[in-house]
Amino acid sequence: MIDTLEMFKIFNRYRGNSIVLSGRGGRHWQSVSEQPDLDIALGDPAMGGHSSFALGLALSRPNEKVIQFDSEGDVLMGLGALPTIADKMPNNFYHFMLDNEVYGTTGGQPVPNAQNISYDVIAKGAGYPNTYAFDNIEDFASSIEEILSLEGPVFIALKIIPEVTNVPIGQRVKWQNRTRDQIISDFKNRIGVNN
Amino acid sequence: MSTQKAELSPELIINEFKNQGVTHIVWLPDSETNFLYLLMEQEPSLTLIPVSREGHAFSTAAGLSTGGAKPVILIQNTGLLESGDSLRGWCMGMNIPVVLMVGYRGYTRHGRNADTAATYTEPFLNAFNVKYYLVENNDDAERISWAFEDAEKLQNPVAVLIGDEFHGFN
Repeated sequence: MIDTLEMFKIFNRYRGNSIVLSGRGGRHWQSVSEQPDLDIALGDPAMGGHSSFALGLALSRPNEKVIQFDSEGDVLMGLGALPTIADKMPNNFYHFMLDNEVYGTTGGQPVPNAQNISYDVIAKGAGYPNTYAFDNIEDFASSIEEILSLEGPVFIALKIIPEVTNVPIGQRVKWQNRTRDQIISDFKNRIGVNN
Repeated sequence: MSTQKAELSPELIINEFKNQGVTHIVWLPDSETNFLYLLMEQEPSLTLIPVSREGHAFSTAAGLSTGGAKPVILIQNTGLLESGDSLRGWCMGMNIPVVLMVGYRGYTRHGRNADTAATYTEPFLNAFNVKYYLVENNDDAERISWAFEDAEKLQNPVAVLIGDEFHGFN
């Protein structure tokens, strides 16, 4: 199992000027990222759509790398997005998926068939030309530079240590230091979009 | 039974897309807008993004818009009904000014719908407070322009319901 914070620290060495969608790892990425105006931490607008959002972003910004840290619960809820991504074949899209085998924000209930799914195989079957699966930080660390040098779309499944939140929503400590509107506004200013 | 003549020109819709600066069509095929497909495919200024479930159209469009592109969503009303949470979260919640072209399955203009999909379409849009226009023929085409204007003004999705006039199923 991989520690999410440690994984992000290693990834950050190779981030460059990529656009990063930090997904469920947002809390950790916020403490690591040195370019917050290129980070899009959306929270959860609606589950099942994160990879489609990332696809749209990648297609609209073809000259920039778009790196998404998806979650297995969201991928399962929107599996049909994978063939669309493979159909459009965005060569600037890197689709990481954090798999902790549970619904971490709702108390740690297992996702369906959690320990027996090969997400990299599903992505490969959907048409991603390059897919990877890692369950330890050492292999991830030795592969990340090569992965980011490939043409996308690339799918990378990561087995991560669960961090379960099991307190009522109203009692949770808020880690975000910007609202979603502010994040999008900062991002658009950085890339020069004024729609 | 006589076959109804196509009264809404697909060329007119494509031209409207071009005039509005549309860059991407995020779509899932439906009977009502099938006639647009070949023209869309041949139009170099438009990139088609096929989705396999309509809810993905809303998140994809949100990503496109955030990156500076101008998408249109082209789906059937059945898929719209399925997509409530995506419409809410990805487009309304993120203030995405996108036009939804929605095939109005079951709509007959005669008061009795041929399908419950039509029965629930306008109540659905009203429940979400999404503005919409009905377009049945070329005389209504101006409403498509209005939809684009409203979407920009409201920074919100606006729907265009495509009345079933292309092939006369009803």
